[in-house]
Amino acid sequence: MDGLDIPLNHILFISSLLFAIGMLGLMIRRNIIFILMSLEVMLNSAALAFVAAGAHWGQPDGQVVFMLILTVAAAEVAVGLGLVLQVQKRFKTLDMDHANRMQG
Amino acid sequence: MVMINLILILLVGGLLAMLSERLDENMPRKVAMAAVLFDLIYLISSMLSLPEIAQLQAPITNDPSTWLMHFKANWIPAFGISIEFAMDGISLLMVLLTLILGAVAISASWTDIVKRKGFFEANLLWSLAGVLGVFLALDLLLFFLFWEVMLIPMYFMIAIWGHENRGYAAMKFFIFTQASGLLMLVSILVLSAINQETTGVWTFSYFDLLNTNISEQASYWIMLGFFIAFVVKLPGFPFHTWLPDAHTQAPTAGSVILAGVLLKTGAYGLIRFAVPLFPQAALDFSYPAMLLGAAGVVYGAVLAFGQADFKRLIAYSSVSHMGFVLLGIYAWNELALQGAVMQMVAHGFSTAALFMIAGSIQERLHTRDMSQMSGLWHQMPRMGAVAMFFVVASLGLPGLGNFVAEFLILLGLFQVNVWITVIAATGLITGAAYSLLLMQKSFQGEINKKWAESKLSDFGQREMMTMAVMIIALIFLGIYPQPVLNIAEPVLHSLLDLTALALPSIAEAKL
Amino acid sequence: MSKIIWLIPLMPFVGSITLMLFGKNLRRSHIGYLGVSSVGISALLTALLAIEFMQNQEVLETLVWTWMQVGSFAPGISFYFDGLTLVMMSVITGVGFLIHLFSTEFMEEDPSYARYFAYLNMFVASMLILVMADNLLLLYLGWEGVGVCSYLLVGFWYQHSANGHAARKAFIVTRIGDTAMALGLLLLFSHLGTLDIQVLMGKASQVWEVGENIPLIACLLLVCGAVGKSAQLPLHTWLPDAMAGPTPVSALIHAATMVTAGVYLIARTHGLFLLAPDAMIVVAIIGVVTSLMAAFTALMQTDIKRILAYSTISQIGYMFLALGVGAWSAGIFHLMTHAFFKALLFLGSGAIIHCLHHEHNIFKMGGLRTRMPVTFWSFMIGSAALAALPMTSGFFSKDQILLQAYQLPDLGPGLWMAGLLGALLTAIYSFRLVFVVFFGEANTEPDKDTEWRMAIPLSILCFLALVGGYFTIPVVDVFPVTGGSHPAHWVEYVSISVPIVGLVIAYFVFLNRRINIETLTTSSFGRGLGNLWLSGWGIDWLYDRLFVRPYYRLANLLKSEPVDVIYNAIVELNQLLNLWLSKSQTGRLRWYLVSMVAGLIILISLASNLGPGVLQW
Repeated sequence: MDGLDIPLNHILFISSLLFAIGMLGLMIRRNIIFILMSLEVMLNSAALAFVAAGAHWGQPDGQVVFMLILTVAAAEVAVGLGLVLQVQKRFKTLDMDHANRMQG
Repeated sequence: MVMINLILILLVGGLLAMLSERLDENMPRKVAMAAVLFDLIYLISSMLSLPEIAQLQAPITNDPSTWLMHFKANWIPAFGISIEFAMDGISLLMVLLTLILGAVAISASWTDIVKRKGFFEANLLWSLAGVLGVFLALDLLLFFLFWEVMLIPMYFMIAIWGHENRGYAAMKFFIFTQASGLLMLVSILVLSAINQETTGVWTFSYFDLLNTNISEQASYWIMLGFFIAFVVKLPGFPFHTWLPDAHTQAPTAGSVILAGVLLKTGAYGLIRFAVPLFPQAALDFSYPAMLLGAAGVVYGAVLAFGQADFKRLIAYSSVSHMGFVLLGIYAWNELALQGAVMQMVAHGFSTAALFMIAGSIQERLHTRDMSQMSGLWHQMPRMGAVAMFFVVASLGLPGLGNFVAEFLILLGLFQVNVWITVIAATGLITGAAYSLLLMQKSFQGEINKKWAESKLSDFGQREMMTMAVMIIALIFLGIYPQPVLNIAEPVLHSLLDLTALALPSIAEAKL
Repeated sequence: MSKIIWLIPLMPFVGSITLMLFGKNLRRSHIGYLGVSSVGISALLTALLAIEFMQNQEVLETLVWTWMQVGSFAPGISFYFDGLTLVMMSVITGVGFLIHLFSTEFMEEDPSYARYFAYLNMFVASMLILVMADNLLLLYLGWEGVGVCSYLLVGFWYQHSANGHAARKAFIVTRIGDTAMALGLLLLFSHLGTLDIQVLMGKASQVWEVGENIPLIACLLLVCGAVGKSAQLPLHTWLPDAMAGPTPVSALIHAATMVTAGVYLIARTHGLFLLAPDAMIVVAIIGVVTSLMAAFTALMQTDIKRILAYSTISQIGYMFLALGVGAWSAGIFHLMTHAFFKALLFLGSGAIIHCLHHEHNIFKMGGLRTRMPVTFWSFMIGSAALAALPMTSGFFSKDQILLQAYQLPDLGPGLWMAGLLGALLTAIYSFRLVFVVFFGEANTEPDKDTEWRMAIPLSILCFLALVGGYFTIPVVDVFPVTGGSHPAHWVEYVSISVPIVGLVIAYFVFLNRRINIETLTTSSFGRGLGNLWLSGWGIDWLYDRLFVRPYYRLANLLKSEPVDVIYNAIVELNQLLNLWLSKSQTGRLRWYLVSMVAGLIILISLASNLGPGVLQW
């Protein structure tokens, strides 16, 4: 553990960078597959921050939450891919801007 | 415990009525009737066993031990919320009225309701339970809880079993009462918070809050919160517009409960809370309040005159009559208050009966439009005669309960403000105008050819029995109102003493 | 006897309730027996009471029970009996009994026989309570009670909406007066602390000086009530229309008893009126103006019952005149004799209507003298008494009124002259009626003649109308003594001769036709005046424009609930907001996300700019 002493700030920087990339992807991509992937990136960036913080404070909580996020991500992918199939079936496209039935 | 049992009997009775529908389709109404009558008998028997009832010692308003009954248990002690019930003469009268009219309402629903009978009777009983809670609860949050409890079943009754425009009416009813209830909740919380600031103790008990020290301005605003909540319920001008819609669309039993009992909770709240908790603010506000009352009397009467719908006409007549109650309460002297209490009881009977007649007509003709009626007396003489009785009762014929009430109110009001009395007295004339018009359009006049062929059944035994109860009650109130006056008298005396203590100056001016 | 005085109003009340509850199951003859006998028993009891009273002159006060008690306000269901009460009770039960008997024949074929007698009995009970009440609130109970009975009976044949309209008009117009009277009660109670009539008058004379404002206002409010009930100007318009009811009802309610309740009220509270001389002058002027107005109107009517109705208004005007000039006992005396001869006239007209297929127009009658002799003589006697021909009952009472009016300082001679003009007109219109209906050519053939149940009441009333003037009414102890000096003899001679002049004029115009009024009636002025009188001076038309139509218009205007505009505006505002906000709901996921992020950025930047303090929590 001694040799690899990366400062917390660096990891948090990477994490927020990942988060921003994910968020940007979410905002600009229209394809639902890419949206899901961007979401995955954002979740993982959060998970990274948790693990890093947990390591920094020497607490197990960070890793516990990481486990939780893994589960959530898995569940999310399951639901998300189901939705992808449905969207493909209904709209014959994966472009999310076409699925705008909720327009007020 | 008696008071909790009274409420529980109705709640459980409602549940049983709902379940009993599985046994037999016509079972619920019997179960419901049994529950209400049992409740009534239980109340009377436990009243008779009270030692105080014999001499009705004067209760001291802020000392619950002098009341007829008092019950207190902790509910949420951290915030000083308790399950506190108490009964004095006025609550007793109101509870009696509620139960009698409850029985009347169930009788009115006997053949009127054809779908989901069990759920209907359950809603009816739950609504009654809520009303009993309102009349008995003396913890302000508990009071608020029951205030809401009585509304929701009533909402269902209008929304599910109502007439053609029920959705609108139910929603309007709900929003009006809910919004005003919210104002009351805010007022209750602020009042309690102010009390906590000065005494350091959280409490919602009426008896503790009576002694709250509030600045004049704060009390005025809090009083207004209570006032609006109660006046919407009363209903007073200009918050009355939910009433004609709700009444017109509600099923007969719903209208009976609504007019006979629910409106009285507003008046009860004014007498019990809005004035005694804030005597000075109430005094400052009494002039506008009386003006609103007089406006309601006149406005309700004029609008009633313009209606073509049988039930709407009666609904507006309620606005007019309850205007008298508002006048009586804010005149705040013994005569006027006795009149207000009397009016609550008498109006309960006369209007409930008129709504029942309206319901019976609708059941037979499938319309409430009076231009479709006329000459009904010929085919239904018994119904006509009964309607005539209640119409002259509602226009204030001496010898019937409504006259005693209105005269006492006017008599009390006259000592406070002559001109408002004069305005209110014109209600006697306009009242005669719309009442007799109602009679003319429906029961008198040429026989409508539309119904001449069809056989319209007159009132049967069940209906005549129900009507007889109310006829006897009104005659009794009209020629010997003393028992009712005696029950209310000590309570009103102590209320007057209480407010007089807070305001030594007006005690002399007003009494 | 004094112990059971409450039985007198109770009997007809019980009769009424019985008929209401069981009328359907009773045979017609039984209904008749029940209806008539209940009033008959009351009449008998009243007679017994009268005999006792004649012997000991004892004033009775009976408390049956305390009606209600709130603080010091404690009116009782309690009766007060003195000479005035006795006169009223005798008239109500006596004339009432005869009219009930008459009705059994008149209403014989009506399907609602039981309902009729139930209402009529209820009326008698209420009227008895009115006159026997010892406090004003109980009096008010009777007062409203007779109003409702009048409403029910005027609209008895409910299947014609015109009857219903007349009934409602009767009730609402009188209710206007009643409401004013109720305000008077409130005023009296709040100043004197009691409504007990005798106590009230005693206290009033202690508390108030003569001519003070408050007794004046109180008296005027009471007068409003009396004016409404007694069909005086300006609230008289309901009475002619009220003739829509069955004729015996008109005889009982709208001639003999209820319409004189106003006279009774003022006489009963005379102690108050003595404190307000201005109010008495108002009463006198109302009386004399009304009597003239109604007499002119009666001249032009063609409906037999409307003629009698206007003559009733006119005669009650005389009673008001009497009260106004302080001739209390003369007023009450005229009330009694009027009850006799007017009931006679109404019953006579009822007999005609009954036998003439419900014909009301006098010009379609004619020549009935030989074919209905009983009725003819009833009408002759009744009209003679109405016109106050010498030696009839009407003569004695009207003469007293006019003489006492003459003696009033200042206004006296003026009132007297107006009264004389009224008397002249009375003679003309009453004999016009007789001459047109009973003489000349027959226009309609009667299909039956009166039976004994009609003939007997007519004969008894004939007798009373003739000799009623020789009765002395026992009101000496009730009223203060008035009128000392006797006026000059010529005044009396003029008073006597005027009705005879009227008779002669009527004879020459309507029977002998020596005086031709054609040219007068066909001239444009004559026709205009005639139409004005026919319509009752256009007062109905005026009220219709001034009050009835505006009220209908107001009700129509408001009926769709203007207050709801406020609440609807709130609803619309919400809907507008909803419309506006729902535009932001584009349905595009990316748009939501962008706005979310933008919001977050704005919030964070705002928070950090507001200073470090905010971000700390």
